[in-house]
Amino acid sequence: MIQPRTNTLSIRTPEGIVFALPLAGPATRFLAWGVDFGVTLVAMSLIMTAFAVLRVLSPDFGAAISMLTYFALMIGYGILFEWFWRGQTLGKFIMGIRVMDVQGLQLQFSQVAIRNLLRFVDSMPVLYFLGGSAMLLSRRAQRLGDFAANTVVVRARVARQPDFQQIMPEKYNSFRAYPHIEARLRQRVSAEEAAILVQSLLRREELDAEARVALYTEIAGHFQRLMPFPPEATLGLTSEQYLRNLAESLFRNRA
Amino acid sequence: MILDLDRFIREENAFWKELEDCLELLERRAEHQMDLAESRRFYYLYRRAASDLARISTFAAEPAIRGYLESLVARAYSEIHETRDKPYRLRPVSWFFETFPQTFRRRARAFQVSLAITLVGILFGAGAIALDPQSKETLMPFSHLQGDPSKRVEREEKQERDFMKGEHSTFAAMLMVNNIRVSILALGLGITWGLGTIVLLFYNGIILGAVALDYIRAGQSVFLAGWLLPHGSIEIPAVLIAGQAGLVLANALVGWGNALSLRERLRAVSGDLVTLIFGVALLLVWAGIVESFLSQYHKPGMLYALKIAFGCLELTLLFAFLFRAGAHKTPRGPAGEPTP
Repeated sequence: MIQPRTNTLSIRTPEGIVFALPLAGPATRFLAWGVDFGVTLVAMSLIMTAFAVLRVLSPDFGAAISMLTYFALMIGYGILFEWFWRGQTLGKFIMGIRVMDVQGLQLQFSQVAIRNLLRFVDSMPVLYFLGGSAMLLSRRAQRLGDFAANTVVVRARVARQPDFQQIMPEKYNSFRAYPHIEARLRQRVSAEEAAILVQSLLRREELDAEARVALYTEIAGHFQRLMPFPPEATLGLTSEQYLRNLAESLFRNRA
Repeated sequence: MILDLDRFIREENAFWKELEDCLELLERRAEHQMDLAESRRFYYLYRRAASDLARISTFAAEPAIRGYLESLVARAYSEIHETRDKPYRLRPVSWFFETFPQTFRRRARAFQVSLAITLVGILFGAGAIALDPQSKETLMPFSHLQGDPSKRVEREEKQERDFMKGEHSTFAAMLMVNNIRVSILALGLGITWGLGTIVLLFYNGIILGAVALDYIRAGQSVFLAGWLLPHGSIEIPAVLIAGQAGLVLANALVGWGNALSLRERLRAVSGDLVTLIFGVALLLVWAGIVESFLSQYHKPGMLYALKIAFGCLELTLLFAFLFRAGAHKTPRGPAGEPTP
């Protein structure tokens, strides 16, 4: 039976602490591979230019060196970058992902080498069909090379504080009159729900007016069911104002 | 429960920053060894950050701080709980002359299986040619092998000019690239529970057996030995070692008679796989040079006896190296983590 896919890798430490690392999806990884492929082609064309003199002096030796360099570059690029750059290549860096040990331990040279050598199998028959299929079936989005090397590719997060000032209500927050409900709200709202609230408000200008109203109504409905405020507190509030009030109640001290 | 979040973050921030500095030092300088006091402090900071993460996880309003702490704890966890040595110095000479042959011997059973599969393939290929000489066209992938061996020998022995002049290096590079690619594939196909590796070894054996019997039947045994031995004495064992690596991977996947979990089994063989395939690549570089610069030359310019003697000497030295080199040295690390 295929196990359900999850988009995070959860690791429980012996101290009982659980930390979750978001896994990179096939599309992101394919784009990163595309960037890396482009980089190796550019690097190769630069090397070819550098070898031009050698090819004039000795066409045979020049061709041999070019062939070996190209082969070494195709194999060595991923291994060297991921080893010396802690699981990242240029493509992975641009796409914000990195390779790591499946148990959260240090990435070993042998792991990096195996996952890159097994690209020969993963890329069969064309365009990583085998590796991509394995990734879709894998619970941890692992291609065959990752599976053999005990590695996963995760999103390299940059922890940043959101700009809460942008999402605060312009008018008086009617929820402030109910501090006990606000306190319970802070307890009940999960980190993911809070992130959805913040992101929906931060991305206001990216949404069409109709889509925005529909989205805000849906999110506001969810929070109303989660922790209802009395009708007098929500009287005359639009969905957007409702969400801004919620954000202010949650993040008041952080703005 | 955190009553005053702002105060909590303000107070803990200094410890988080200190832990981050420690991690940056460890990640930047792999060779750095912490003394006892530093280790204790590092462990204290890790536990404090882990405890803060547990506390803040209940506080919905701080996803950004939670993400930051998760990242810190994950990095510190990998430093504290990793028990494998992290090689940070290149030791290519001791790796090649000690680790590689030691690893080969440690996984000798897989080499024996690799050899046995190839031998069965050789018998099959030879049998096919003996029973049905017409099958040569199907069995042999290279056009220059499909003709009459006697005519080829006659043609090549009559050649007065160096037909490979100005192409030696390119030909050697092409052989190296092709053979290393096939070897990596033999390793990689181990992921198919060894089926792919077995098919590849068997097919290699078929070609070898078919070619050998074809030349022997044509009375060209000496030419065959003089042609194949100089490079084949290294190239064929190298492909067998690549097959050995593929079978080691397959054995780790299947796990017969092994109480370890799949993840632990794969972890236990990973160093050996890399050592074997890197060793194979070096052997194939040598084989490519010999095949291009020596194997293609025949009588009268090159004495067959000399080529055969050279091939035999290589084979003897290779097996002496694989079975004896590094025998007096202690293997590095339980998993043979290579230091290429």
